[in-house]
Amino acid sequence: MDWTAIWLTLRLASLTTVILFVLGLPLAYWLATSTWRGKFLVEAIVALPLVLPPTVLGFYLLMAMGPRSPLGQLYESFSGRLLPFSFQGLLLASVVYSLPFAVRPFAAALAAVDWRLVEASWCLGVSWVRTFVRVVLPLSWAGILTGLVLSFAHTVGEFGVVLMVGGNIAGVTRTVSVAIYDEVQALNYAAAHTTALFLLGFSFAVLSLTYALQRRVWVI
Amino acid sequence: MSAQLIATFEKRFPGGPTIRADFSQPADVFSITVLFGPSGSGKTTILRCLAGLERPEEGSIHFGETIWFDAACGTCLPPQRRGIGYLFQEYALFPHLSVASNIAYGLSGLSRAERQRRVGEILDLVQLTGLEERYPKHLSGGQQQRVALGRALAPRPRLLLLDEPLSALDATMRERLRQDLRRLLRTLGTPTLLVTHDRVEALALGDHVVVLDEGRVCQSGSVHEVFSQPSDAAVARIVGVDTVEPGKVLHVEDGLATVAVGSVQLVALAQDAGTGDVYACIRAEDVILEKGVATPSSPRNRLTGRIRALSREGPMIRLSLECGFPLTALVTKQACDELELQEGEQVTALIKAPAIHLVPRG
Repeated sequence: MDWTAIWLTLRLASLTTVILFVLGLPLAYWLATSTWRGKFLVEAIVALPLVLPPTVLGFYLLMAMGPRSPLGQLYESFSGRLLPFSFQGLLLASVVYSLPFAVRPFAAALAAVDWRLVEASWCLGVSWVRTFVRVVLPLSWAGILTGLVLSFAHTVGEFGVVLMVGGNIAGVTRTVSVAIYDEVQALNYAAAHTTALFLLGFSFAVLSLTYALQRRVWVI
Repeated sequence: MSAQLIATFEKRFPGGPTIRADFSQPADVFSITVLFGPSGSGKTTILRCLAGLERPEEGSIHFGETIWFDAACGTCLPPQRRGIGYLFQEYALFPHLSVASNIAYGLSGLSRAERQRRVGEILDLVQLTGLEERYPKHLSGGQQQRVALGRALAPRPRLLLLDEPLSALDATMRERLRQDLRRLLRTLGTPTLLVTHDRVEALALGDHVVVLDEGRVCQSGSVHEVFSQPSDAAVARIVGVDTVEPGKVLHVEDGLATVAVGSVQLVALAQDAGTGDVYACIRAEDVILEKGVATPSSPRNRLTGRIRALSREGPMIRLSLECGFPLTALVTKQACDELELQEGEQVTALIKAPAIHLVPRG
């Protein structure tokens, strides 16, 4: 089994999930509560990675990260390195690619919270932030957890974007899915099978755990 | 003069109605002001503006010395800093918290021991001791209402805002809690503003009434004043004076006005109606019914008519009469049975002159 690829994939998926939690939650809160008329544009942009072929997304991400792009130049001036074909570049691409898988469940969960409960909390003198922690989060965590698991699983399973942005550098950008593809190309079916089976078992276990946790929430 | 809550503001909804509030109420002594009006009249919007949940476009809200809102200088205190207790129509209890935690929710400023003591006090006050570990969905409607009230009262608010506090309950429960609520609020002595569309609730709970219709204040004053002397026909209809009929004052003599209503003439107190077009307002419970030939008695108005319809209303029967104009009477079921009142029957309706309230028309 390709432990290097597995470790890299888990690291990438975990970091992507953490970043999406931090960035996605405020964005989802805004989407769930804003009454701005142009909100649909933001919603459409967030959902784009759902429908775009990974190659299209990967292509534009690569363009955006390139050494001649503002983002690429900014990154280079800070770190002295290039963004494409690096772990950091891959991480950035994963965050964009998995954005809808986090933000949409988040927003749905937040929108399902009865707004009067939030107002009741405010009227009881509790601040906006503490209301979010004491009322909104406890009532929406099942949906938020779903979003986190989906982003994690989606990142573990991404392939096209990785190839476009990350390439296939062992220990840097070669994820499990790419590693399996390599083994199959090399007609090394046994190795491909063990890694694939590991991925299958892992994904099934994570999803089962999530659904089990959610079930328990509903029967308080 | 004691400190006052003075609300003079305008809230506009784009493409919707404009709500204008203009009233005041004592801010440091107990009194219940009822915002009364049909649904859609803007009662809840006014309450939400007072709570700081909506921001009016114009005007100001002063609570004693404190400015809660002033459009001119852009001040708008958030709900957290107004020191209010708000009871939501459907209570808005936190479903993930127990009764005790719901009540303790607004007490985070207190120490643990103080908080527990206060929760105990409140549980006693709203008679929920023993249920502190329950979750809201395992409580009856009446218990939920008391938890919500207790939660609002726990942080000792300076002003209580109650949005239809009894409307989510069934009729029997409503009747019982109505009396309890007034007693409880009086014990606490917190100035209270209460929204309702229920006339009985307004009469039973309020000291003062602000009548709202289509987003504006039509009349405000003491409960008795507003209900017995509606300032115009719209208020009369809203406060539920049952008969509101157009008429014309023919002449005034010795403080008594003779009014032509439909095909008959009524005698009413002249008040300040002057002469000319008026609405004659008669409450159904002020109409006395007699059968057979009328013998001389004190009521000035005796009208012969026929019963057009009867309908049951709890222990009472509401009768629609035609006696030169449509008149509604409310009598007990017992009286109705004794007199054998039936549809089509001929009766005499007696109305005392002071029971006919004349409202200038125009």
